[in-house]
Amino acid sequence: MPLRLERQENVSGLRLALAPLLALVFTLIVGAVMFVALGHDPIRAFGIYFVGPLLDTYTLQELVVKAGPLLMIGTGLAFCYRANRWNIGAEGQYVAGAVVGSWLALVTHGTDAGPWVLPAMLVMGALGGALWGLIPAFLRVRFGSSEILTSLMLVYVAQLGLDYLVRGPWKDPDGFNFPQSVTFDANAVMPLLMDEGRLHGGIILALVAVVVATFVLGRTLVGYSIELGGSAPRAAAFAGFDERRVTYGVFAVSGALAGLAGIIEVAGPIGNLQPSISPGYGFTAIIAAMLGRLHPVGIVVASLVLALTYIGGEAAQISMRLPFDVTRVFQGTLLIAILAADVMVRYRVRRVEGTSHA
Amino acid sequence: MRKILSMAVAIAAGLGLAGAAATGALAAEKLKVAWVYIGPVGDFGWTYQHDQGRKAVEKEFGDKVETTYVENVPEGPDAERVIEQLARAGNKLIFTTSFGYMEPTLKVAKRNPKVFFEHATGYKRDKNVSTYNSKFHEGRYILGQIAAKTSKTGTIGYIASFPIPEVISGINALMLGAQSVNPDIKVKIVWANSWFDPAKEADAAKALIDQGADVISQHTDSPAAMQAAEQRGVKAFGQASDMINFGPHAQLTSIVDNWAPYYIERVKEVMDGTWKSTDTWSGMKDGEVVMAPYTNMPDDVKAMAQATEAKIKSGELNPFKGPIYDQTGKLVVKEGEVLPDKGILSMNWYVKGIDDKVPGK
Repeated sequence: MPLRLERQENVSGLRLALAPLLALVFTLIVGAVMFVALGHDPIRAFGIYFVGPLLDTYTLQELVVKAGPLLMIGTGLAFCYRANRWNIGAEGQYVAGAVVGSWLALVTHGTDAGPWVLPAMLVMGALGGALWGLIPAFLRVRFGSSEILTSLMLVYVAQLGLDYLVRGPWKDPDGFNFPQSVTFDANAVMPLLMDEGRLHGGIILALVAVVVATFVLGRTLVGYSIELGGSAPRAAAFAGFDERRVTYGVFAVSGALAGLAGIIEVAGPIGNLQPSISPGYGFTAIIAAMLGRLHPVGIVVASLVLALTYIGGEAAQISMRLPFDVTRVFQGTLLIAILAADVMVRYRVRRVEGTSHA
Repeated sequence: MRKILSMAVAIAAGLGLAGAAATGALAAEKLKVAWVYIGPVGDFGWTYQHDQGRKAVEKEFGDKVETTYVENVPEGPDAERVIEQLARAGNKLIFTTSFGYMEPTLKVAKRNPKVFFEHATGYKRDKNVSTYNSKFHEGRYILGQIAAKTSKTGTIGYIASFPIPEVISGINALMLGAQSVNPDIKVKIVWANSWFDPAKEADAAKALIDQGADVISQHTDSPAAMQAAEQRGVKAFGQASDMINFGPHAQLTSIVDNWAPYYIERVKEVMDGTWKSTDTWSGMKDGEVVMAPYTNMPDDVKAMAQATEAKIKSGELNPFKGPIYDQTGKLVVKEGEVLPDKGILSMNWYVKGIDDKVPGK
């Protein structure tokens, strides 16, 4: 008796909203079984994992600091993915932005250049990311090469470029040959928003990006052309939308936001340029974009949830001595559950009659 | 009767509470010590050995300490949060065990002046931040001698991680040891650009073997290269821990990091209130760099290795004793002189005979 997945035409908003909740419940059940198997009280474990980080101002700030780059990059990726352009290389655009923006911080180091340095760094970071993102767009438009491959491979190029710079020309001359740049001057560092903690001005920029993206994607002709180009390219062509312009546009926006996230992170929590400036933000942001259903507000929520699993995972390691792998299992389960719930809501399983009765 | 019973209950409850209070007081006296690891504790290399040190602290002090660790912490923005969380969780002594934790450790230390920090392999210190490292290059000199005696092709393969001074000085020490046995020895280097990436490490080992290397040395943390050497029937040196189980026929010896003496000493100093910010660089004679048993080699090679080990321990032999020439043939360390520690800690040049270029130079 073969089974077939069939797409349902009219899915109610209620069911769509319930799907992530269902997934969360499923994840919690799997988690509870896992904690019991490991010999821990599941209620206490969940408390440490998901509730504890929300009760303390320091960890709350950290949650936002960690989610900031995810939601910024994820919002940019929503432009690409809605248009059916698969930018997998946000990590590289993040690095490119960080490198280009940092250049200014390094040339003005020790010169007392004035307060314009940081804003200029941010602009340059966004430009650097956008230019890096435009390379796969150009290759796709000009030569028809797969942007999935080219954007991904450019990640390694960017990382190796950064590696070269911090080990070579941009190395701190007083740093015993260790691979890192000088620490940025005060005028090249993101301002902090609170007296205690690491919450910095970058998060405001991230939220502005989310608001603007929500408006552009939902309420403008540009957003419509992106959406239409992705779901019905022929119709979009008949409507007079230029496919190439959409490709360049979405890659530029996505690259710019990733680059901005990169320079904010370097000028913010890190404070100098070093070989490792990202714990895989560009890749995790892909998950955030998908979990958030390519809607900026959804991506904000998804980024916060992902950040919570990291910070809760660290708390669980510290206070319950749970291994790091538990965090990974959690993240994996959540992801699979959400995707599965999505399929269950949008599709239904039907028996295919007749074929097995031969 | 009832009254007596309830009184008894009250007394019992009171005793119970007193007992609880007493254990509470005891718990408060426990010194909380934490470690931050770059890899998983099961890497059988760098992190594994640090965790062995942590376990030694637990064993030494028993109920008087409570230890915690966080594994797989990426160098970069996440590290600062983890270190801060550990400080906030009441840890009084925190060991951060990777070079890239240097800036985050210093930042957290500034905000938590009453917590003591210990950063492995770095060079920046503060009132409450010490640094510590081991002279692994001492062991690598012995590896070089063994490799030169063992290799039939005259080529040693070297899987390097990052071109930082610690790694460069390791390559140089191995080469100097090898040249002391065979002046024409060659060393081929592959950069993994990672401390822990088993797949890449295994690929690097295979590539080196294909290029004619028949002794593999590594400065990366997993036993993957050892396993590759075992499969291909060549010899290899373990890294950080004794990897004999991964290469029963391949392992010649291994440089074992023994952090236990240092960790026990520092924990004791915090307990006694004598902890001070220091820069510690211990080696073989302090028992921090330990050679795993010499295996899979003829007796004369073993005897040579043991003799060199004894000379290094007694101070008679220093791997970086002149004359040492760099690649261009320039005399860097004069006859009879010894390269000072500062020169080793900032090394970014290869000794004569290494047919390669320092990356990024």
